[in-house]
Amino acid sequence: MIYFDKVTKKYSDVAALEGVTLSVAPKEFVSIVGHSGAGKTTLLKLLLAEEKPSEGNVFFESVDVNDLPSSALHHYRRKIGMVFQDFKLIPNKTAYENIAFAMEAAGRSDDEIESDVPYILDLVNLADKAHHFPSQLSGGEQQRIGIGRAIINQPEVIIADEPTGNLDPINTYEVVEILKKINELGTTVVITTHNKGVVDAIGRRVVTMDRGKIVRDDAEGRYVL
Amino acid sequence: MNWTTIKRVAVSGAKNFTRGGSVSAATVLIMTVTLAIIGALIFLSALLTFTLNSIKDKVDVSVYFVTSATESQILAVQQKLEQLPQVESVTYTSADQALAAFKARHANDQLTLQALDELGGNPLDASLEIRAQDPSQYEGIVNFLQASPALSASGTSIIDRINYAQNKSVIDRLSSAITATREIGLAVVLVFALASILIAFATIRLAIYTARDEIAVMRLVGASNAYIQGPFIVTGIITGLISSIIVLVLLWPASWYAGSQTAGWLGGFNLASYYGSHFLFILFVLVGSGCLLGAAASVLAIRRYLKV
Repeated sequence: MIYFDKVTKKYSDVAALEGVTLSVAPKEFVSIVGHSGAGKTTLLKLLLAEEKPSEGNVFFESVDVNDLPSSALHHYRRKIGMVFQDFKLIPNKTAYENIAFAMEAAGRSDDEIESDVPYILDLVNLADKAHHFPSQLSGGEQQRIGIGRAIINQPEVIIADEPTGNLDPINTYEVVEILKKINELGTTVVITTHNKGVVDAIGRRVVTMDRGKIVRDDAEGRYVL
Repeated sequence: MNWTTIKRVAVSGAKNFTRGGSVSAATVLIMTVTLAIIGALIFLSALLTFTLNSIKDKVDVSVYFVTSATESQILAVQQKLEQLPQVESVTYTSADQALAAFKARHANDQLTLQALDELGGNPLDASLEIRAQDPSQYEGIVNFLQASPALSASGTSIIDRINYAQNKSVIDRLSSAITATREIGLAVVLVFALASILIAFATIRLAIYTARDEIAVMRLVGASNAYIQGPFIVTGIITGLISSIIVLVLLWPASWYAGSQTAGWLGGFNLASYYGSHFLFILFVLVGSGCLLGAAASVLAIRRYLKV
């Protein structure tokens, strides 16, 4: 489903990624771990076509992401649900509107939005805070809205960049449980984290990165740094 | 874009504006100042035109005819002059009318009237007062008269004299002063308009800069550039519209007060009357420039955040 083929990414002369080859199969749950600066976020940026590799290719469903014209990027990105460490909710939109925005952007009808958004708000246990603005929500609640926004269009893959980085242990547990549930329902999930507890709680494939290279790929979910 | 998308973009833009709080208020304030400057420039330009026209109206050239010239010969000259495109009007004054006007002008000057009586008869000539479209065109009109002189039956010219030569230097100076004033006025208007437009642009750019993270997220959740841009353009248009309405409302008391204070020394130009009689034109210019400025500034400001 996702394939990084000998990908190198350099910023000036500094290599953030060096010859990375990685494949992710459909319905997999992959945790990418590593210290800060290991190249985890760069990997995700390349997958989202936010950045272009200096060498190598990134494929999503056999399509080379770098070959996509900029006019087609938004169609491509609708196949991916993105969850951010700092939530990145739109501040002047309510929880409901933040989730609905992803559907509106994908051209879904008003009827679909009216039926799906309350369902997702229910799923992330925030039905009672539908009309709250992000500033009126806790970090954990904001992240659950972020996940709701990521899954609303039923994407083929969820990419979560340090989704628990700003959360306390209880909220971290809740977010991990939601991501596991999403994966059980058939969606591929790729997360980056350096939280050992998260990796252990997931208990699935772990890819360890260090200084821009993959140093370990463990199917049994061991976090070794 | 289908109807649903247009509706969503419009609603989203309106919500962005109402929820924008201090950013929206600051943008409206700056845009109001910009449009007020544009409004003031409209008044300034009208005042300049009014003043220049008043000065122009005071300038004319008179053609005096020999006493033997008949009225029909003079009227034929008048007809020829009126056909020239550079001539605005030609007024005929007969020798009798000239005498009556002279007497009326000197009604309190017994010495002059006595001298006139002693001369006996009417020493004044019939004349044509020519008013050109523009003071710079008098020379051409005079040249026309000299090149094709009106002749009497005996073959002599019926034109006695033209007072252009003695007025030439005044007319030339006035003509170049009018041209210079018009050019300087236009330059001042353009500089102020440009400066205020740049300020409005910078303010809207700043407002959009504060939303750059939001724009980045919109891109990453799969929104198309047009769908991201749309609400910002709507917000810009709303800002322009509200600002122009504020300026139009404020201009009523401002022009009334300024008009009553300045009508005396503006040579009869009343700002309030001008505003009343040109309201639709000013409304069109202010609302049009407000909406256009808001939309254009939004389009230009957001472009840099839509790459990738």
